[in-house]
Amino acid sequence: MTPHEIEQVYEALAEGIDRAAPEAPELYLARACLLLARALPSAEAALAAIAAAGMTSTAD
Amino acid sequence: MRPAGRADTASLYFTYPQFEAPKGAARAGLARDVAVAIVGAGPVGMVAALTLAQQGIASVLIEAKDSFNDGSRAICIARQSYAILDCLGVVAPFLEKSLGWTTGRSFYRGQQILEFHMPDGPEEKFRPMYNLEQQFIEAYLWQAIEATPLIETRWRSRLEGIEIGDSGARLTVADPEGSYSFHADWVLAADGARSAVRSQLGLRLQGRNFEGRYVIADVQMDHDYPTIRRALFAPACRPGATVLIHRQPDNIWRIDYQLGDDEDPAEAVREEVVRDSVAAVLAEIGHTGPWELEWWSIYSANTLALDDYRKGPVIFIGDSAHIVPIFGVRGLNNGIADAHNIGWKLGHVLTGKAGAALIDSYTPERRGATLDVFANASKSARFMTPPTRGWQILRDAALGLALTHPFAGELANPRQMTPFTYAESPAVLPDDAGFAAGPAPGAAMIEARVGAGFLSDRLARGGFTLVCFDPTLARAVEALPGTPAVACLPWPSAAADRLGAGHGAAYLVRPDLHVGARWQAATAEAVRTALDNLCFREV
Ligand SMILES: Cc1cc2nc3c(=O)[nH]c(=O)nc-3n(C[C@H](O)[C@H](O)[C@H](O)COP(=O)(O)OP(=O)(O)OC[C@H]3O[C@@H](n4cnc5c(N)ncnc54)[C@H](O)[C@@H]3O)c2cc1C
Repeated sequence: MTPHEIEQVYEALAEGIDRAAPEAPELYLARACLLLARALPSAEAALAAIAAAGMTSTAD
Repeated sequence: MRPAGRADTASLYFTYPQFEAPKGAARAGLARDVAVAIVGAGPVGMVAALTLAQQGIASVLIEAKDSFNDGSRAICIARQSYAILDCLGVVAPFLEKSLGWTTGRSFYRGQQILEFHMPDGPEEKFRPMYNLEQQFIEAYLWQAIEATPLIETRWRSRLEGIEIGDSGARLTVADPEGSYSFHADWVLAADGARSAVRSQLGLRLQGRNFEGRYVIADVQMDHDYPTIRRALFAPACRPGATVLIHRQPDNIWRIDYQLGDDEDPAEAVREEVVRDSVAAVLAEIGHTGPWELEWWSIYSANTLALDDYRKGPVIFIGDSAHIVPIFGVRGLNNGIADAHNIGWKLGHVLTGKAGAALIDSYTPERRGATLDVFANASKSARFMTPPTRGWQILRDAALGLALTHPFAGELANPRQMTPFTYAESPAVLPDDAGFAAGPAPGAAMIEARVGAGFLSDRLARGGFTLVCFDPTLARAVEALPGTPAVACLPWPSAAADRLGAGHGAAYLVRPDLHVGARWQAATAEAVRTALDNLCFREV
């Protein structure tokens, strides 16, 4: 994916969260994750991404 | 604003000159008719005056103040602005004083997440960006104006009224010795964000304000860091905010920090509060030595512009026409391009080289550029100051991810400052489909190495230039009356490659360094017809 395409995805997610409000963002994002996972060729790729996301937790 | 006890213009590094209003014999001519009046001797008004002078057109420049603008203000000058200053023959002192840069670094919670490099290389004459305090920008432009007999500057002369008539406008001006009025065929309103001309004519800027306020503070200190723009997202000193740090000449550092929603702007600009905020940022970047506070100010991000940059004989340039958020560093750069754009067009019309319709291309070209700035600035603003929950979550997620995944850091890349392409302009001709590379009509001409110098050195200053490669074509064009200057470059060559040019190809470059037309198989006749069309000449 090009940086421009990544940016499109970034923007769509931000706007998606705002459109889903007042529903909690995590529900919207979890749905998006499941649908994106479905689009991947294997569970392995999805699980790797899920693990990577956990490793960059920004909690203090 | 400056520290208590220091006058408005008591700068640590710049001595403000004091200018007088017209005196004695000079007053006799104040009420005479003039061809062009320019209101406002800020950087944009001065560039307009110099551009007109290059076209051989005299102008009267009216300025309310008795000196240059106070404070460093717009400090980032882009490559294209240097190309314009070069074209005006005034870039030398700018190059000597300013600090060129190519690199930016972004940090999230103290860790670097991105280093970006703006496009640069040996084929470029100028660096992508230069840092220079606005006082010097104004002082260097003024040096050139003082040396030009075609520009009459009236300091301490405030425009108080303007009325549009049948063949121009009548301006009323007040100076310390009284008030007078005079007629101008054309008026360039360069009187800044609070333009008196604009309000006198009942025009209003349209657009929106973004959330978020920023304080900019300059400090003087010995601080060892190269000229690299630093952006600190969520730093420990201001966890909810973004901080920008720029190096300027004379050991001056610009600290630009966002205020939280809960911070009262009036309180935030109190000297002690500014000192504390700056000290916290300096601690964060590891500066332990002494520092002195020079100047500070507060701003919010607006995207505002006039719907039409022209009203009859009055043309708006610079901040009077548009206010853009400063993180795109487009405010002044955009204004310089406005001034240069209208300057050559008006100059060509007044010297009979072009038809009056050429002036009508000013608004679409320059307002188009502003709307493009708005689109980019909105993106930057959403990253710097996320406006909603959705943007906040994604921004924070991207920054967090960027610590380990560089692709996410790219989302923090401001990608600022490529010159705007005048694609929809009436003063640009349709493209030739035969090009696989090079700038299309409407785009800024690219730079390239030619011999020991650069392509831009070969372009006519203030006029059209045909860039071609075939000496036979060059001679044929030179033999026709009313054709442009010709720069015949070697072929094959690196320049020809960059321009996607075959041996018979040619680019017709406008005086503002934008491409007006191009052909893979040019003829002298086609070039002359194109020039007639681009200049709206009645033939
Ligand atoms: C406090 C401050 C901080 C800024 N910081 C930044 C920054 O960090 N980065 C950035 O990119 N930009 C910044 N800007 C914006 C930048 O300075 C402007 O974009 C730039 O100066 C525009 O140039 P201009 O010539 O159009 O207008 P100005 O520089 O505003 O010049 C207008 C001139 O017109 C004169 N004038 C006004 N009314 C009249 C009248 N009635 N009669 C005669 N003369 C008149 C004024 O005295 C002034 O000299 C800042 C602006 C301000 C005010």
